[in-house]
Amino acid sequence: MILASVLTTNLAILVLAGFIGFVVISKVPNTLHTPLMSGTNAIHGIVLLGGLLLFGLAGLDAFSKALLVIAVAFGTINVVGGFLVTDRMLDMFKSRPKPKVEEDSAGEGTSGTDGKAGS
Amino acid sequence: MIALPLATSFVQSESFIYVLYIIAFALFIQGLRGLSGPTTAVRGNRIAAVGMAIAVIATFLSPGEGNWGLIALGIALGVAVGVPAARQVKMTAMPQMVALFNGVGGGAVAIISWVEFRSLGSTYGGRTFEIAGETIRLGGGVPTYVAIFSVFAAIVGSVSFWGSNIAFGKLQEIIPGRPISLGPAQQIVNLVLLILAVAAGIDLIAGAHSEALFIGMLVVAALLGNAVVLPIGGADMPVVISLLNAFTGLSAAATGMALNNPALIVAGMIVGASGSILTNLMAVAMNRSIPSIVAGGFGGGGAVEGAEGAGDHDGTVRSTSAADAAIQLAYANRVVVVPGYGMAVAQAQHAVRELTKELESRGVEVSYAIHPVAGRMPGHMNVLLAEADVPYDQLKEMDDANPEFQRTDVSLVIGANDVTNPAAKNTPSSPIYGMPILEVADSRSVIVIKRSMNPGFAGIENELYFDPKTSMLFGDAKSAVSEITAELSAL
Repeated sequence: MILASVLTTNLAILVLAGFIGFVVISKVPNTLHTPLMSGTNAIHGIVLLGGLLLFGLAGLDAFSKALLVIAVAFGTINVVGGFLVTDRMLDMFKSRPKPKVEEDSAGEGTSGTDGKAGS
Repeated sequence: MIALPLATSFVQSESFIYVLYIIAFALFIQGLRGLSGPTTAVRGNRIAAVGMAIAVIATFLSPGEGNWGLIALGIALGVAVGVPAARQVKMTAMPQMVALFNGVGGGAVAIISWVEFRSLGSTYGGRTFEIAGETIRLGGGVPTYVAIFSVFAAIVGSVSFWGSNIAFGKLQEIIPGRPISLGPAQQIVNLVLLILAVAAGIDLIAGAHSEALFIGMLVVAALLGNAVVLPIGGADMPVVISLLNAFTGLSAAATGMALNNPALIVAGMIVGASGSILTNLMAVAMNRSIPSIVAGGFGGGGAVEGAEGAGDHDGTVRSTSAADAAIQLAYANRVVVVPGYGMAVAQAQHAVRELTKELESRGVEVSYAIHPVAGRMPGHMNVLLAEADVPYDQLKEMDDANPEFQRTDVSLVIGANDVTNPAAKNTPSSPIYGMPILEVADSRSVIVIKRSMNPGFAGIENELYFDPKTSMLFGDAKSAVSEITAELSAL
């Protein structure tokens, strides 16, 4: 009985979370879809927790530990990188009172980056 | 104050950890809601990040948590790689970056499943349920459903990792953007790989205690990720990234089911749901169905045939100069800028902003028409233009922009191609027939800035360029726009 209840409780959480995802996200305007994709991308970096939890298991051998270090590193990249990139993107939507000096354009040496002509 | 031992046991109790997780869910949901508007989005993202921090701290409190040095090492490595990557990436390379971050998430899921198998796999299929106290703890025999979710996560995570890396490679142009396919055999190969991965998974769940088989399953799933994404053309990459994003979310939720961790279930599933919506939305905007994208190519090879036709068209193309374009723009009442991927690769957004400022100072009414899939991701153009300080209210979405073209004097198309192609409306045989487009052909005249007559990512020719009221200004988007601005201020 306890087994079934853990599984069914988690299934209920799973289904409800899915509906919340649909409802919350359906309202996002088209223009914010790139930041949204990036933001949700950061949230699934929560797999980091999986790596952390497994580190608590007893009897991990050295190879398992090495794998987990990689998993935690990957998860951290996903979380930290994802939120930072989203923040940078969104920062650009803020209305800025004065256009500051465009230091961004200093890095344009790479503008001819690729052969993909105008599409 | 509570006595310390009591406090410690409370802090480490399941209830306290769950309460923290619940707070984290609320913050995730609130954060995503914040992302629904340009003014609240920055805060929304930060709220979600706080939620993530709380979820991580809660996990640190889990009973039995250990190996702190290795955890610190993993996190330090992740920060050392992730922070500079996120800080330094150019706005134009954002889609690739999202693909890469998505890929490592999928990779983490696959590895976690692997370690689960190494630790618990000997009990897969064993059905020796041993329940310590009231909760199922890892370490005893695991129920079958744990093995099922874990194996599912392993397959999907591996597909997502490799698929995302290929998507990254294509957008970064390390791998050619054109479809790389085995032809008709491709779908059979994909199917065989899928069946092999699933069969290996079932065998493992049923109790084949073989790590070699598990690794084999990961490898087959990796091949599947490559085989599915390689034949897909660069134009469809945003849809693919979004699909893989949803996949990673689902695999994270499956990991949560296997580990009995509600934070993983909720966050993973929300991403799975949102990713599915976004994927569908993008596919609809491009008049593509998700199955046909995954099956590869434009309805099987049409794109490649069309690509050869660039010289065959029996119309003539009128080319123009920056000076003529400047005059044309200066005497217009209303100008609509239609940006596309060409603007992104040339990093021309600041130059475009300069040009429109100059036009506005001459009393020309300027707006921007943004196709939902212009660039490589929905909203890509908005991000770039916002970076160049273009006021948000000048950016018009397709449905608002289209009726306005009839009263527009000049449409200035900068590096956009397929999203303006009238063939989508007029030519039923065209692979993009039925895709909603920006109807620039309705405006009185059109100036197209483009590097060459090469077809766009869809690999098909654009009738717009042969329209008598269209003039072509060949060149790199950034230098062409700057030249027009220079000519304009000299007028």
